[in-house]
Amino acid sequence: MIAHVLAADLPGLLRQADLVGLATATIVAATPLTLAALGGVMSERSGVVNIALEGIMLTTAFVGYAAALVTHNLAAGLLAAIVSGMLIAGLHAVLSIEFLVDQIVSGTVINILALGITGVFYRTFLQEQNVRGPGTLPLWKLPLLGDIPILGRVLFSHQAVTYAMLVLVVVVHLIVFNTVWGLRTRACGEHPMAADTAGINVKMVRYVNVLASGALGGLGGAYFSIQQIGNFLPNITGGRGFVALAAMIFGKWTPVGAFLASLLFACADALGARLQTYGVRIPPQFLSMLPYILTIVVVAGAMGRAIAPAAVGRPYRKS
Amino acid sequence: MVRAVLGAARGRFRDAVMLPVISLFCGFAVAAIAVLLSGANPVDAFVALFEGAFTNRNALPETLVSTIPYVFLGLAVAAGFRAGLFNIGAEGQFYLGALFGVFVGFRVHGVPGIAHIPLAVMAGMLGGCLWGAIPGVLKARFGAHEVITTIMLNYVAFLLTDWLINNRGPMADLRASAPKTPFIDLSARLPVLLPGTRLHLGLLLALAAVPVVWFLLERTTIGFRIRAVGLNATAARAAGISVGWTLVTVMGISGALAGLAGADEILGVSHFMPAAFSTGLGFDAIAVALLARSNPWAILPAAFLFGAMRSGAGFMQLETQVSTDLISIVQATVIMFIAAPLLVRWMFRLRQTPPAPVHIAEAGGLAAATAPPPAPTSLEETAS
Repeated sequence: MIAHVLAADLPGLLRQADLVGLATATIVAATPLTLAALGGVMSERSGVVNIALEGIMLTTAFVGYAAALVTHNLAAGLLAAIVSGMLIAGLHAVLSIEFLVDQIVSGTVINILALGITGVFYRTFLQEQNVRGPGTLPLWKLPLLGDIPILGRVLFSHQAVTYAMLVLVVVVHLIVFNTVWGLRTRACGEHPMAADTAGINVKMVRYVNVLASGALGGLGGAYFSIQQIGNFLPNITGGRGFVALAAMIFGKWTPVGAFLASLLFACADALGARLQTYGVRIPPQFLSMLPYILTIVVVAGAMGRAIAPAAVGRPYRKS
Repeated sequence: MVRAVLGAARGRFRDAVMLPVISLFCGFAVAAIAVLLSGANPVDAFVALFEGAFTNRNALPETLVSTIPYVFLGLAVAAGFRAGLFNIGAEGQFYLGALFGVFVGFRVHGVPGIAHIPLAVMAGMLGGCLWGAIPGVLKARFGAHEVITTIMLNYVAFLLTDWLINNRGPMADLRASAPKTPFIDLSARLPVLLPGTRLHLGLLLALAAVPVVWFLLERTTIGFRIRAVGLNATAARAAGISVGWTLVTVMGISGALAGLAGADEILGVSHFMPAAFSTGLGFDAIAVALLARSNPWAILPAAFLFGAMRSGAGFMQLETQVSTDLISIVQATVIMFIAAPLLVRWMFRLRQTPPAPVHIAEAGGLAAATAPPPAPTSLEETAS
């Protein structure tokens, strides 16, 4: 049925199709997904499941916005988002590494806590304030690169968090696969006892990686409030942290794979938003379902091929 | 010998009573800090919460009304836990139950109440059961982790509801100014138990559901399979239990209970379904089930506590301007302490060996999701 509707509207679609605009919107929408997915890669490669990324992004979106509002400085907002992301990730780390709480439960605790804390403080501090907002991060068009036809608009005319995301994909890839630290991280995620025997401090490696995932999630949270809309709204992340985890799984726990998978989800998202404006006669709700359904399909379909770090989810206790 | 028995009894007492009590205490302590930080007085807030839940006019019946869905939903999540499944999708299954229930309520006419009510209730259970079975099948057949699939299905359920009811959708009441379904027929409404209040027949349904679920889990073959899979899926498989089929069954049961909660809310309380049917009840239910440690009988006091908090929160927000979201902070902290006996021991310097950590996703969180299933079970094969 959907194919039929699409076919009927195809000429109109093609006339209006703005593929460059769609590609740009995809990169932008992929920003928080990729950042959270990179955080997931770092954390899970060391053996700690991090479904708290949703709550981390929600809280940091709030903290980043509040800090930017108070200091009138967007850079301070970014910094606050990153630091608070590391703090919440620290809670997840302490609970799951030190107190051996089931990592899924710990993540769920943080997700519920994030809803509660942002809800309470939003109501007290932000809801009825009429102060001028801090605005959004400026659009930086890179000199020269930004002038390349098409490519310049798609890749080199973005806001700070998106640039950071593009750089971090490469950085995290290098860390995980080309450094001693990355090797140790993967060892802790695959066989912590062997890593321990080889003299690696498993707990410390896991702590650092979970904190790093918090920093990445914090940057992702900042995207929502101070890059995208210059405001904070309750539950602004809307499940993007979970979609990011699906992207990480689809990307087989690799940074580049996670980025490509995020692009796929973001494209579904951006396409859904655009098809509505193109006048396609599919109810907008169904278009909004696209990324969620795609996530289910991916999580179900990618299983046979994607193999998780062997020790992910298992607390490590020296015996 | 006597001492050993007494010691064991004391250990059980601590597990069943002390841990939840300590967790609750810590939950309110953390919430008090949040209230302080937001510039309000926590004592005022908690007093208002108590008044709103118990002592105000009609407060107690309202608390019981709020308790009803928590009983069904708590049982739903607890059933999943018993099989080692973390059903975060109770919220979506609740939506589907409400949709199916309200549909039968306003579209089926001319049926006496004695048939209309069971019909609508069963429709709600069917809706929740189907929605819950999807992640069960995905897990059994493809090894897709239920935490991710149930969360995603929640969003799909919200959008589906929005499409059906909002913006003159297929189930919208075209004459109403607000986006909502038509009212259900009088014959589909659950009778009120206490005249002058909203306390309805659902309370008795909830009280009946507890022994039924207990019997199902503890005294039937299905329940035995569910518990066996939850304790050790590999051993259960070796013993000839079809793990895949058991997962689908338990998710179906869990979804049916959540759907029952949704239908009950429509038939007993609101009598129509608004497009903005945002409840959050299904998420609270996770805390209810954890607080009750998945014991069906313990669901009752846990649900009553959460019903009281939900019922009192509105008055608290009205009186002290503290957001109702404060309840989430209490809940999250409660789950945290329940799931971390080591943390409680460390905080209170308890020297006895703590109860074993609560294992929810027994096979190790997402690892189970992401590692290929040990032996892909096909439903056709296992059904026979």
